[in-house]
Amino acid sequence: MSTELTAPGRSPHDDESATTHRVVRSRSDRRFDLVNAIFLVVVCIIIGYPLWFVAVASISDPAAVESGQVWLWPVDLTLDGYRRVFDEPAIWTGYRNTIVYTVIGVLIHLAIVLPCAYALSRKELVGRTAVTWYILFTMLFNGGLIPTYLVVKNLGLLDTLWAVVLPGAAGAWSILVGRAFFVQTVPDELAESAKVDGASDFQIFFRVAIPLSAPIIATLALFHGVGLWNEYFKALIYLSDREKYTLQLILRELLIVSQDPTQGGGGDAGSADSIAEQLRLASLIKYAVMIVASLPLLVIYPFLQRFFTKGVLIGSVKG
Amino acid sequence: MADVAAVEVAPTPTTARPTRWQVLRRRLRGCWQLYVLALPAIVFFLIFNYVPMYGVQIAFKDFVASRGIWGSRWVGFDHFERFFNSFYFWRLLVNTLVLSLYQLVLFPLPIILALSLNEVKNRFFKRFAQTLTYAPHFVSLVVVVSMLFAFLDPRVGLANHVAGWFGVGPIQFMQEAGWFRHLYTWSGVWQNLGWSTIIYLAALAGVNPELHQAAEVDGAGRLRRIMHVNIPAIMPTVVVLFILDFGSFMSVGFEKVLLMNNSLNSSTSDVIQTFVYQAGLLQGQYSYAAAVGLFDSVINIAMLVLVNQLARKFSENSLW
Repeated sequence: MSTELTAPGRSPHDDESATTHRVVRSRSDRRFDLVNAIFLVVVCIIIGYPLWFVAVASISDPAAVESGQVWLWPVDLTLDGYRRVFDEPAIWTGYRNTIVYTVIGVLIHLAIVLPCAYALSRKELVGRTAVTWYILFTMLFNGGLIPTYLVVKNLGLLDTLWAVVLPGAAGAWSILVGRAFFVQTVPDELAESAKVDGASDFQIFFRVAIPLSAPIIATLALFHGVGLWNEYFKALIYLSDREKYTLQLILRELLIVSQDPTQGGGGDAGSADSIAEQLRLASLIKYAVMIVASLPLLVIYPFLQRFFTKGVLIGSVKG
Repeated sequence: MADVAAVEVAPTPTTARPTRWQVLRRRLRGCWQLYVLALPAIVFFLIFNYVPMYGVQIAFKDFVASRGIWGSRWVGFDHFERFFNSFYFWRLLVNTLVLSLYQLVLFPLPIILALSLNEVKNRFFKRFAQTLTYAPHFVSLVVVVSMLFAFLDPRVGLANHVAGWFGVGPIQFMQEAGWFRHLYTWSGVWQNLGWSTIIYLAALAGVNPELHQAAEVDGAGRLRRIMHVNIPAIMPTVVVLFILDFGSFMSVGFEKVLLMNNSLNSSTSDVIQTFVYQAGLLQGQYSYAAAVGLFDSVINIAMLVLVNQLARKFSENSLW
């Protein structure tokens, strides 16, 4: 289903009843539409303004922003903030790491989820119910933070890319979404006729199912990719080498920990000197860096909105 | 499912015996490739979900890394008792519950927005409003909290400039415990209000237009049709989502809490999950933290079951 979820068709003006009745009704109708439109415009302003302000402040002179002169339009237009962001090696490293982790993470996600979703969509899989429950149960109960951490630690994954990418690489939700998709796209008759032609399950999966699954690949990849891009907690608990930090972790240090020396969240903000240094830097680049970190997703998603809404909807039906 | 069992019983016992076991073996041989396809996922869930579940037993042990999970000494419910008797137990519990309740009270907001969007006839405006309100969902938690810090800065933040006009002195929004709950909850509303409408909009699109026509013939205006046609139509969706919300009742979005948590606002911002992180990963009290985490997830499951029971009793809609 796409986002153009049109309102159920209704035609207020085509009944033949008394004209006065119709006039009254269409007037109250118009009043309703007006109030509704005002309400939505207010909601849009409330939701849009913070984003707008960040964008405007990122290209304004920091002094003007801090003294409260910037409201709606940039004041003393400058790209200095962006220039400094790109001069900051830590941000570059973080950016590169985030891209690498996201790409690898998405590939692993697909490699685990798609084959399993396909297998579960086939009736002839003996013990399908058992396997499904095996996966569903993980939705209901999980070991929690500490036992998961110990597993990652015992596997020797601490401070590696795999610690960020592997835990959570597959989830019951994605597999259910994928299974629902394959049940529809590769119906039993199709699989059976391929089998009659001598195709094995592998061949059906790789030659028939995969070529048909562009929409589900897009949906799964986008959901997982957005999650990885915005993830900070796994990086925070599993990584200690600054060269491996993700963009979100760098941002956290720069914009949150430095704002607040009392921050109890752990991490190593460093000496008082480096905190002061970070504070100074943060005040110059904070808006630009927020834009740099968020823009890729904000620009991409309107074009891919239908994949996202589809994911939410299939997931909700099955969940 | 049922059909699998039915097929297995099918070979009647009177005919010359391919035993149940042989039949099963033959059918397994027929689908071994499917099992190979499912294998990565099966192994994955084993390592990253079931091994941690096995590891939960350290909540009842004194975990010593050198002895491993199995070799550590059993201590029964000691860690739980210590937690229940600690001075911070009630503070953590109350903070967690208040945050959850606060969010639960705001549950109708996305429904209202969806009902309103559903009435828009101009497709362009509707599409624009949807795209705009979905946008914050794609902004990371770190950036959202950074925005809070930037806007609410006591010296240079936008909010305090506005407060200044009204002669209200600079407010330490991010440091005062009294502000934390509102900031946490309303920034969450900002981020997820639009996104949460997706499911309701889909449910509204499925409303039978004849119902609306009938109501209209009866003289019902737009508002009354919303009240008496649209809202009842999406009630099943509402109930199911409400139950799901209860399932995560105790696991408030602690990754965001952690970003906003500091020693000055901790009297309202310490929640159970941030405590698990601090005690377990920062202080290395693995067993104790695992016990606290287990307490949390047990309450979650209990809540889910309880609310599902209630929903089954008082309406026809439930998860199972």
